[in-house]
Amino acid sequence: MKSICFYFQVHQPYRVKKYRVFDIGNDQEYFNDRSEGKLNNRYIAEKVAAKSYIPTTALLLKLLQRHPNMRVSFSFSGIALEQLEGYAPQALDLFKKLVDTGQVEILGETYYHSLAFFYSPLEFEMQVNKHRDLIRKTFGVWPRVFRNTELSYRNDLAQWADSRGYVGILAEGWDPILGWRSPNYVYQPKDTSNIRLLLKNYRFSDDIAFRFSSKQWSEWPLTTEKFGQWIGEAEGDTINLFMDYETFGEHQWEDTGIFHFLEQLPEELFKNPGIDFKTPTQVIQSYAPRDQVDMPHTVTWADTDRDLTAWTGNPMQRAAIDAIYAMGEDVMLANDGRLLEDWRKMQTSDHFYYMCTKWFADGDVHAYFSPYDSPYDAYIAYMNALSDLRLRVEKAR
Amino acid sequence: MFGWEFPPYNSGGLGVACLGLTRALAERGLEVIFVMPRKLDLSVPWTRFVFADKDGKISESLDMRAVNVALTPYLTAETYEAYRRSGGMAMETSGHRPFYGPNLIDEVKRYAAMAASIALKEDFDIIYAHDWLSFEAGMEAKRVTGKPLVAHVHATEFDRCGGATGVNSEVYAIERAGMEASNRIIAVSELTKAILVRQYGIDEGKISVIYNGIDETTAPQSDGTLLRLHSLKQAGYGIVLFLGRITLQKGPDYYIRAAKRVLEHNPKVVFIISGSGDMERSMMDLAAQLGIASNVLFTGFLQGNDRYEVYAAADLFVMPSVSEPFGITPLEAMRLGTPVLISKQSGVSEVVSHALKADFWDIDEMANQILSVIGHPGLRASLAENGVREAAGLTWGLAAQKVDNVLKELMRAV
Repeated sequence: MKSICFYFQVHQPYRVKKYRVFDIGNDQEYFNDRSEGKLNNRYIAEKVAAKSYIPTTALLLKLLQRHPNMRVSFSFSGIALEQLEGYAPQALDLFKKLVDTGQVEILGETYYHSLAFFYSPLEFEMQVNKHRDLIRKTFGVWPRVFRNTELSYRNDLAQWADSRGYVGILAEGWDPILGWRSPNYVYQPKDTSNIRLLLKNYRFSDDIAFRFSSKQWSEWPLTTEKFGQWIGEAEGDTINLFMDYETFGEHQWEDTGIFHFLEQLPEELFKNPGIDFKTPTQVIQSYAPRDQVDMPHTVTWADTDRDLTAWTGNPMQRAAIDAIYAMGEDVMLANDGRLLEDWRKMQTSDHFYYMCTKWFADGDVHAYFSPYDSPYDAYIAYMNALSDLRLRVEKAR
Repeated sequence: MFGWEFPPYNSGGLGVACLGLTRALAERGLEVIFVMPRKLDLSVPWTRFVFADKDGKISESLDMRAVNVALTPYLTAETYEAYRRSGGMAMETSGHRPFYGPNLIDEVKRYAAMAASIALKEDFDIIYAHDWLSFEAGMEAKRVTGKPLVAHVHATEFDRCGGATGVNSEVYAIERAGMEASNRIIAVSELTKAILVRQYGIDEGKISVIYNGIDETTAPQSDGTLLRLHSLKQAGYGIVLFLGRITLQKGPDYYIRAAKRVLEHNPKVVFIISGSGDMERSMMDLAAQLGIASNVLFTGFLQGNDRYEVYAAADLFVMPSVSEPFGITPLEAMRLGTPVLISKQSGVSEVVSHALKADFWDIDEMANQILSVIGHPGLRASLAENGVREAAGLTWGLAAQKVDNVLKELMRAV
């Protein structure tokens, strides 16, 4: 038997508005942009819900009912769920219905979709716990498999998750590290006892997430027959298809045929009696680990470098991320709930990603996915808001 | 190729552009005959110069003395007259004939008349004219030879006047006639192209946008320190630089108003204004009136190493132009690793990513960006690191390749 393991990521950051130097000391609302533009968090949540979350979830609900053996998994950042509750409750209701089918597994992550693991282990643990509580409250389930922000992974993360009782953890199936090993098997992270590692099959995942609508791609258009055949021919126990949930309707628009593809896919795959669907926990319970995997250096699912340079690669990013974590102790001492929440919202990895200059060159603005006009504008708004936050911390002490 | 100025006898970007373009075209194997209105002591290995003085008689001897100030293409016809009378215009240096005539339009016409006889004597395929001062010459050459004409527009009368008011109708007529007579037009930016279409009614199908470049050899090299600036830096002052003509088009008043806003929040910033121009005095008055005179330093017009040192010393270079067809100075600053803030109303902002950008009138936003650059070394470092690399990629070779394509297309068509 060979299993299909779907995991969809649902995340929306609290984008910092165009916060100017003159606002420092005068304005504590960093995330309340009310323009028509891309910095308005309510507007973005409503738009993504309408284009992607609602139609895709409604479709998945139909598919799970049609195919009782179909399984999928999700990871929601805490701040995405917060925003859906406030701005798009219909989407949140659909997600709850989806989980109620019993055919969906919810994974654990940090509430604020942060990189805290690499900067403040204590803060990281608090965010994971806060997230776990929210998932419990919202969906009535308890995460058993962990995935860290941007699928960032390292040996010590697996060791931490092992010690906290997680049965599995997810990472990128990046060839330079895997060597001869295939991502299509279950592995054991180095120096752990019980936990298992699942690796993203980025080729099959990206066929759907990135290449689906690309007319330059030699395999375009991607049909369910073709994809089903590839999966059937692939070696291994599990094909891990990990992707952003916005793939459906937002990254790949409806007119690309992505919804039709998703609707036909389970039926096509079920034609093959050697293929089934499993959640990450089921995959771990069904297949024995083939080998140990050693990843001493951080690997992520980002761009071609598969490391953290998209978040911490330039001097601005390092200055910003160092500045936010340097405030940690003082924020804790201030013991002010609102302050703590704002500080944590400022830790979301997206803020640092918007400051990335790697792909912002040669006038190719299309490679720069950001609500800001430039990485410099992103940095200026962030650092100004952070200056105000620091003033508040100093005042509260 | 008809031009008006050429380094080192130039005071503006047009001459620098002609130098960069002719060399890069020569490297591509094109033979360029560069025609100038006046005989000057010029010698560059890749271009043959022909001068249109001495009633069109082509002079082979290069015995002229250096000229202190050449006519700049930035003068309007009105200011030319006043400038000449005030003695600002250099007169004939080795004889008694005036260097340039009393009337700029007459001078342009006289150049055109001589261009015809030069065109008949020389062997070439395409006529190429830079800006309105040489458009009449280009048209004359086309009339007498029937060869195709390319007009390269570096600036229009609307840019020089900083808006529609004060546009000289004779200059406008020459610009329009020159572009209408041209087989192809090269504009230095989309911004300029839009002006040609909107204000001159030119068919956009014959306009190609080709951005200027900057060459390593024409890029500034710094080899010392300006002591005054060095001591300011040591005292913990941030240094912000404006470098250009102090005139309406360049937006120096917005710069000073932004400076006022910055100083309200951070008094340890010095604003340098480097250059000269008709608004120099009024800008000094404005700084005094706003109570920031001690933080605004006027250096006058800087040349050579001084110019490059002031670029290199600055924490931020600001170009707040109201209307800037291209704008080469930000690229010079970037080449030296100095972060830049440029107005969105500039051609260069279309081609540069690693720069801060603001509308020229948005004083608050400019002040916000200036304060951020001064306050955050990480921002400076990222802008500098990426800016150096980006500017290095914007070469005249790239521009010449595109010009070459336009010329080849034109040759196939005729």
